[in-house]
Amino acid sequence: MKLTDSEKAMLDGTEGKACQKAMELLVRYGEALGADRFIETTNIAGVPGSSNPFLQNYYKDAGGGYDAIFSLFDLDSDEVIEVPQIKTNGCHLQGGYDPENWETLGAKPEAARISRESEEFIADHGVKILKTCTPYLAGNVPVMGEHCAWMESSAVVYCNSVLGARTNTEGRESTSAAMLTGVIPDWGFHRDDYRYGTHRIDVDVEVASVMDWGMLGYFTGDAVQEHIPVITGNHDEPDLIRYKHFGAAAASSGGVEMYHIAGVTPEAESLEAAFGPNQPVEVFRYGEEERRRVYDELNSVGDNEDVDFVMLGCPHYSLEQIEEACRLIGDRKISDNCRLWIFTSRAVKMLADQKKYTQIIREAGGVLLTDTCSAISQSIPPGTRVAALDSAKQTHYLPAFMGIEAWFGTTKECIDAAVGARWNGERP
Amino acid sequence: MSTDSALQAEQKIVLHGRKVVAGCAEGEALVTSETISGWGGVNPMDGTVIETRHELRGTSFKDKVLVFPGAKGSSGWSAIFHMARLAGTAPKAMIFVEMTTKAALGAVVVRAPAMTDLDQDPISVIETGDWVKVDADNGIVEIIKRKD
Repeated sequence: MKLTDSEKAMLDGTEGKACQKAMELLVRYGEALGADRFIETTNIAGVPGSSNPFLQNYYKDAGGGYDAIFSLFDLDSDEVIEVPQIKTNGCHLQGGYDPENWETLGAKPEAARISRESEEFIADHGVKILKTCTPYLAGNVPVMGEHCAWMESSAVVYCNSVLGARTNTEGRESTSAAMLTGVIPDWGFHRDDYRYGTHRIDVDVEVASVMDWGMLGYFTGDAVQEHIPVITGNHDEPDLIRYKHFGAAAASSGGVEMYHIAGVTPEAESLEAAFGPNQPVEVFRYGEEERRRVYDELNSVGDNEDVDFVMLGCPHYSLEQIEEACRLIGDRKISDNCRLWIFTSRAVKMLADQKKYTQIIREAGGVLLTDTCSAISQSIPPGTRVAALDSAKQTHYLPAFMGIEAWFGTTKECIDAAVGARWNGERP
Repeated sequence: MSTDSALQAEQKIVLHGRKVVAGCAEGEALVTSETISGWGGVNPMDGTVIETRHELRGTSFKDKVLVFPGAKGSSGWSAIFHMARLAGTAPKAMIFVEMTTKAALGAVVVRAPAMTDLDQDPISVIETGDWVKVDADNGIVEIIKRKD
C-alpha cells in the first residue's frame, strides 16, 4: 500500500504505540483486500472493548483489564499497550445488556458487571455510548459523500443507500483501529465505480406498509446476495422506518450493503443513473406470488398459534414506532401468558420517557428496553416457545438461535398477539 | 498399492493466486459451495458451522484447509473467527473466491495463510478430504487428490 507521510509516521510509532499497532493491523487488512491506499475518516461506529467471560478469562494472564482486551483483541496486537484517547468521532453500536433491565433479560450479574466496566473504559477514552444498531436515530447522521467506517449490516446499508455516505461493512478490529488512526482502506464502497447497481428488481405488487418493505427486502437479499440491487416499479415512496426494515432484511437474507431505488435514493436520480456503466446482470420480478412466497418462508418456523413472546424493535424502534405501539395497545393489557419486549436506543428511550410511552408500555404489562435485542443478547423470557415479530431480520435470526417457533407479521398483528396470546396474522 | 493408484497419489494439481495473508500451511481440505456466516453461523468454541440449512452444519473447520465462496451475514464475522483462533479451533489455512471486507479482516485476524483470485475455481477443483498446501508467500496452492 502507498502511505502518506502522516500514515508512515503512525506506522513508525511517532504517534505512540497504540496508533502504531492500529496502523499495522490496518495495513495487513488493506493488503488482504488488495487496496492501494487509505482514506481519511472521522465517523466510526464499532464495538470497541466489548468483552465477555471468554475474553476476560483468555486474557487473564495478560492482566485481563480493558487495555489488554483492546490491545490484544481489538488491535490484534501481541503486546498490551496503554490505550490513548481516540482522535475521531467514534461511537459504540449495540451491546448485549440493558444497563437498567439486565435482570429482565436474564443476564448474570457477572456479565452485566463486565458490560458496565467495558463501557466505562471506552467512554473514558472518548467513545460515544450510543449503544444502538441505529446510530442514525441517535445523533450520528453522516452526510452525502462522507467516508465512514461502520459495523452493523443494517446501519451500513442505510448509510450507503439512504444517506449516500460511504462505508464498507467493517469489523470490530478495523473500526477500533480506525478510531485511533482516522484512516480505513480505500476500497469497495468508498469508490465511485463500486457503488453502481448490478441487479434489477421489478416491483409489480403493492409495497406500502412497513411489513411490505420488510418482505421486499427479504426477497431482494435472497435474490441478489451480496450484490447491489436497483428497485424499480410500482411501490410507494419509503420513509425512514420503511428504509430501515427493507435494508435490515436485505442484509440478512443476503449480504446487501447498498441498494438504489430508482428516482428515490440519492445516487439513483434515474434507473440509468443507478446502474451507471453497468448492465443489469439479472432481473427479478417481485409480484403477488413472490410476496406470498416470502411471507410463507418467513412464517415457515411458526406452527403453534399460542404466542408467548412478542419482540419489537429490530432494528431499534424510532420514537414514532414506539408511539404507534402505544396507540395499538390502547387501553388493553398484555396477556398474562405473553411477554412484550420493545427495544430501542438510549437516546430514543429518553424521549419516550418524556412522552410517558415507557410508562404506558409498562402499565400495559410490557417493557421498553435499550442497548440490545433478543438475537444479540440471546435472551428471551424463560419458557418461551412461540414468538411474534414484525421484523424480517429478527425472524431470520431469532428462531435459529433460540430454537423457538416464530410468526412474522405487522406491528398491529404482533401487539394483538401480545394482548390475546394468540397469533391471528393474515397472509397477504 | 497398485502402480495406478500410486501414480494417482502422486498427481498434483497446482493453482496460482493472490496472497491474502502470508504464510504456508498444509492440511486436509474442507470444501463448501455455500458462503459462511460468522456471527450466528459459526460456534467459535469448537469451530463448527451452526447455520440452519447450511451444508456444513455440525462440521468443524478446526485444523482444516477451509475452501469456501466467501463471507456473508453480520459484521461480527471477523470477531467470531478471531475468537476461533483464540479457542484453537480456527482453520489451518483459508481459500476463498469472493473478496469482501468481512473475509479479508477475518483472514487477517485468524493469522493463517489465506489466498484468493485463483486461476481455477477452487470450489470445483478441490474436494473435501484432498490434501492441500497453501503457500501464500509464493501464491501457490498444491492439491493432492484424496484416494477413495
